[in-house]
Amino acid sequence: MTATVTARDLGLLPCSQCGLLSRENGKAGDALACPRCGSALHARKPDSLARTWAFLIAAMILYVPANTLTVMRTESLFGTDDHTILGGVVDLWKDGSWDLAAIVFIASIVVPILKMLALAVLALTAQRRSNWRRHQRARLYRMLDAVGHWSMLDVYVVALLVGLVRFRGIAEVLPGPGIAAFGAVVVLTLWSSMSLDPRLIWDTADADPA
Amino acid sequence: MPTRPDDSDPNPQPAPIPDLPAPAVRTTRRFAPSLVWIVPVVAVIAALSLTLRSYLAIGPKISVSLQSAEGIEAGKTQVRYKEVVIGHVTGIVLSDDHNFVLVHIRLDQRDRDFAVADTRFWVVRPRLGLAGVSGLGTLISGAYVAADLGTSHERKSEFTGLETPPAVLRGQKGRSFVVHGDDLGSLDIGSPVYYRRIQAGRISGYKLDADGKGVSIQLFIDAPYDSFVTSATHFWNASGIDLSVSAGGLKLNTESLATVLAGGVAFQSFDGNEPGQPAPEGSRFDMYSDVAAAMKPPDGPELDVRMHFNETLRGLVVGAPVDFRGITIGNVKSINLDYEPDTQTFPADVIATIYPQRLGRINERFLEAGQGRVNFIGVLESLIDHGFRAQVRTGNLLTQQLYVAIDVIPNPKPARLDTSKQPIEMPTAPGSFDALQKQLTNIVAKLDKVPFEEIGNELRDSLHSARLLLGKLDNEIAPQARAMLEQAQNSLKSLDRSLAEDSPLQRGAGHTLDEVARAAQSLRALADYLNRHPEALLRGKRVDAAPSAAPTPPPPPGGK
Repeated sequence: MTATVTARDLGLLPCSQCGLLSRENGKAGDALACPRCGSALHARKPDSLARTWAFLIAAMILYVPANTLTVMRTESLFGTDDHTILGGVVDLWKDGSWDLAAIVFIASIVVPILKMLALAVLALTAQRRSNWRRHQRARLYRMLDAVGHWSMLDVYVVALLVGLVRFRGIAEVLPGPGIAAFGAVVVLTLWSSMSLDPRLIWDTADADPA
Repeated sequence: MPTRPDDSDPNPQPAPIPDLPAPAVRTTRRFAPSLVWIVPVVAVIAALSLTLRSYLAIGPKISVSLQSAEGIEAGKTQVRYKEVVIGHVTGIVLSDDHNFVLVHIRLDQRDRDFAVADTRFWVVRPRLGLAGVSGLGTLISGAYVAADLGTSHERKSEFTGLETPPAVLRGQKGRSFVVHGDDLGSLDIGSPVYYRRIQAGRISGYKLDADGKGVSIQLFIDAPYDSFVTSATHFWNASGIDLSVSAGGLKLNTESLATVLAGGVAFQSFDGNEPGQPAPEGSRFDMYSDVAAAMKPPDGPELDVRMHFNETLRGLVVGAPVDFRGITIGNVKSINLDYEPDTQTFPADVIATIYPQRLGRINERFLEAGQGRVNFIGVLESLIDHGFRAQVRTGNLLTQQLYVAIDVIPNPKPARLDTSKQPIEMPTAPGSFDALQKQLTNIVAKLDKVPFEEIGNELRDSLHSARLLLGKLDNEIAPQARAMLEQAQNSLKSLDRSLAEDSPLQRGAGHTLDEVARAAQSLRALADYLNRHPEALLRGKRVDAAPSAAPTPPPPPGGK
């Protein structure tokens, strides 16, 4: 039987910025700050789960308009077209570019859904102080962090097209309300994963003898 | 901070760590943790508002039935009003009975007012018509559905599309009028309407009369030209080419090149003195067949007159003019054959419509003159008393067209206007053509009496004897004449010879003449001598007188 000792068990507070270790002596509910660099000190991210859930739920709600509303409107001599993300995938697939369709489908639809599912699983298990597959969950969290950088691709594409394709009267690309929702989804999932304290994965009932 | 299992120290008691600084306590109040739940609330609001907005941005859905969906594409074709996009075609389906096409249209939310009962929809395609080319822009952009906003407040979602663009859009300034004509001619919806050769409007519709005896044509005259449509305005059909031959020469008249091909209507107020009141919207006018008919003064009341002609009326047609001293005062209305049992003849029964007002002054003067004449019938009676009769005359020798003339006939049979019948009967006189025919018949009869055969026979006999005479001349006279001519030639030749320079006759004559000259000389010498010595006649020549004879010229050689 091996024992795990965490800084919290010892009543110590490490500063997440400068690394200074200080001893917890304040009352609960006080806002503590690092005596050296002044950044906030806390044993665990405060309200981690609540924030994660809040951002996650907000992201899930906004995911619906992000996929149903127009992401991009192209106006050309041959008429006006409204594009949704899923519609774009279908169009690409129909045009025979199944490879591109797969990329867009994975990047714009599968990844956000998986991300939200993963966050939900992590938050749920952390909340229940579950002992279940903690190593895999830790890896999942690291993957979430890495994937986060790439989730704004759609927004970039639309922003670029709107800026570039602007031939007045001949062709024009306009952003739709869907892209705002999509952007919000991405930002909210980022915040959600940021709010989730990975240490909570390990704050399990059986592994905490103290 | 990852934790690491620590095997070396089974005792979880932590090692003493001295001099650890205590964290600073911040007095700044952190927000309550529950405030983070504002985020999902905001997200709900945002999602709802986004969804609601885009749902609200979707306007009403309408369907337009059309004969053909040519050029229309679901999802691409736009619906435009004044070239502004107000919606899109979302789907095209066939109607249940497969007779027409239902075009589903999603209007933009701000243009939902278009879904009212009297909005009109039609498809704009490139159109190549006689009156011009339209919709060329759609060659590039593709066809689109055009709309004309209705004024009704009654909402509607199913419309019947127009197959041709409407000639008049709502909101155009101008007024509509109705023109009534016998037929449509080459006019069509959109045909131009001209005022002094300016295009002032167009035909917006036409309708066959309920009784099928005419066509009502709806015109739309743009402002400001609509103010020139007054109660005195005449409309006429300006289609085609007006080609007239007159004493002034050949005259070609068209309203515009477009009307030659596509037809058109023109209007103008001809009665310059009376501009008339501006006609109210929707006024009805008659359409004249051409500008000449439109320019004619109004005909006023008409009067039917019956005439009996005892001659062939081949060439007299319904509509032929009734002429009074060159003025057309009416037209032939009907021609029928009649049978008179008394005379066993078939007189033609001609009924003509006469417009007394066209007689103008004549009418007035006759009425002024009184004699108890109160109306045109009275005037006609006076005319007949003065020897006027109806007569059929040839108007055109080439085409044998006839007209009815009312003119003075020399030595007319006394007749009266029969006012007892309806229509009144006008006495007639045999027509000039009839008279001409009679004269021709007489001439032919006289020609018939000429004994052409006898004349021919005698002529042949004379010619025969003449030929005999000529033969005689040829055979008998000619040889003699020839011999005579030969003799004459010989005589002339000998004469020629005797007169030649070296002929004996010539020489003899020369000698003779010399002798005569000498004789003359001697005579002169004798005469001189006698002149000086006249006594010598008595005494004879003296010898002493010899020296005085010295001036006497020497005697010519050979002479003595």
